[in-house]
Amino acid sequence: MRSDTETPRAAARITRVALQALIDALIARGYAVIGPTVRDGAIVYDQLSTTAELPAGWTDEQAPGRYRLQRRDDDALFGFAVGPHSWKRYLHPPMETLWTARSSADGFDFSAAPSPTEKYAFLGVRACELQAIAIQDRVFQHDRFRDTAYAARRDNALIVAVHCAQPASTCFCSSMQSGPKARGAFDLALTELLDAERHDFLVEVGSPAGAELLDSLAAAEATRADLDAADAVIAQAERRMGRTIDSSVFRERLRDRAEHPRWTEVADRCLSCGNCTMVCPTCFCTTVEDHTDLSGAQAERVRKWDSCFTMEFSYIHGGSVRQSTGARYRQWMTHKLSSWVDQFGSSGCVGCGRCIAWCPVGIDIAAEATAICADTPPTPGATP
Amino acid sequence: MTPRPRLAVWKFASCDGCQLSLLDCEDELLSLADAIEIANFPEASSAISAGPYDLSLVEGSITTAHDAERIREVRRQSKFLVTIGACATAGGIQALRNFADINDFVAAVYASPQYIQTLATSTPISAHVAVDFELRGCPINKLQLLEVITAYLAGRKPAIAAHSVCIECKQRGTVCVAVQGTPCLGPVTHAGCGAICPAYRRGCYGCYGPMETPNTAALAALLKSQGASERELLHAFRSFNAGAEAFAAQSRKHEPAAGGESP
Repeated sequence: MRSDTETPRAAARITRVALQALIDALIARGYAVIGPTVRDGAIVYDQLSTTAELPAGWTDEQAPGRYRLQRRDDDALFGFAVGPHSWKRYLHPPMETLWTARSSADGFDFSAAPSPTEKYAFLGVRACELQAIAIQDRVFQHDRFRDTAYAARRDNALIVAVHCAQPASTCFCSSMQSGPKARGAFDLALTELLDAERHDFLVEVGSPAGAELLDSLAAAEATRADLDAADAVIAQAERRMGRTIDSSVFRERLRDRAEHPRWTEVADRCLSCGNCTMVCPTCFCTTVEDHTDLSGAQAERVRKWDSCFTMEFSYIHGGSVRQSTGARYRQWMTHKLSSWVDQFGSSGCVGCGRCIAWCPVGIDIAAEATAICADTPPTPGATP
Repeated sequence: MTPRPRLAVWKFASCDGCQLSLLDCEDELLSLADAIEIANFPEASSAISAGPYDLSLVEGSITTAHDAERIREVRRQSKFLVTIGACATAGGIQALRNFADINDFVAAVYASPQYIQTLATSTPISAHVAVDFELRGCPINKLQLLEVITAYLAGRKPAIAAHSVCIECKQRGTVCVAVQGTPCLGPVTHAGCGAICPAYRRGCYGCYGPMETPNTAALAALLKSQGASERELLHAFRSFNAGAEAFAAQSRKHEPAAGGESP
């Protein structure tokens, strides 16, 4: 059982070399270790078995519609913000079979998809991502209908968080109260301590599973200097936050400004390609497809990631409810920042900045929401 | 055994690549033949039985007066007509003639142009007869073709998405090449290929034509900011799906006469 409250200060320190022992310990306990690695010019998440696969000495330079890898002047393993992937890819996969059916003498025999058996250990989960996982937990597990496949993967998962030391220019987790310090439910949390003299990790324990793992490592007791150094890492991350926004006004003002002219203005730039929703670590919408075989004897229902930017998404008898791009953009942003609070009790945005960097035309949710929610109310414009 | 639905495959102006996709379904061909009678498919068999047909797959565009007449007869013989590929759904690469004088092409290509009888334009099948379903792509994806046939047999809607290629990229975990500076038509292009090119670090070429809500102007502005010339923009929108309305309209904005630089 993980603690949802802030962890008491742990008192352990491991070396960079011992990080390999952590990965080995996870693999020995049957986990597939998923962590950051460099591929295709980006830091993506993939299965790892050695620390050599971590993005040592790399960082990410991000801006609206722009992402580039850059060399660092040190060998930091976690010296970057967040990349194009999020853990949602593993907990809520892009495609999943829900059931299969076979025709029988008296109709169809249905079989539910087998319960997932994957056992993931996520290495390098950021504060914003912990918050995103907590939000998807709320969506998939804490309502009347529980998503059993998500719950199975989530129950099996172990989280090694890494406090963020390097926010990107697109980051605004401080403004969304989700980072840069990891406060959610982790099993272990690391702070990378790197200077001319050393390359260590401060380790905080967040669960019995985390404590058991730490016991298996060659950990030293952390000194006051270690704790101070870790605090300094997070404090400088806070200072380097890419942007600051006032998110407190979003819920009310976005709801009340559905006719703001900015919605149609954004639509001129918006490609309605759906990238923002795909990279968002909290967007959870799916569609289902039914497939049959040529003989008509077998059928299956498959669930796939969907986006509120497609026409099918709001299709009901007679056509799509949200015909214009402005209406679809408004639906996405208003849900994310405003009606999400009514629905799930928190904002749907964690300030990770992915939708800003991975929007091909660089539409900036922070800038757009701020413009629409400006103190001066707009003059009424065209309805999207 | 109840009679199987009867299938016909027709060819108009095209390269045959799309109908070859049907023969390419090697693992599924036997079960396909169990489920449907392949009654008229000259590329596969010289045994042709007369219509009418339950399902017709039509490849190619209309480029001659003869074909414009022939497609009407195909429609009359077909209960359900599906067009397959960029030629049949958008006019194909040969729709480049729509932007120039066909007589100039004929004179340049043929030694004796007086023997050539052709129309001034290459048009999709839907410009001539009612079409029940359009399957996009240059060439089509054989798995999507099987899905269309299977859905027809089951009497259901085919699971063919009309959204952008981007969603397919993200579903397969591909890192966006557009955001890394590579010109890519994916955000305005219809899904269906499975986002092949970006998976190999290439930008999308738009083989599947415009997606359902293509903002070509916004994409052109992006490509321009990435360094594309007017000529490159013209060519980007004027390829296999040059005749598709959204791409044709955008390409016209990049013609030299429209203010674009001369080639």
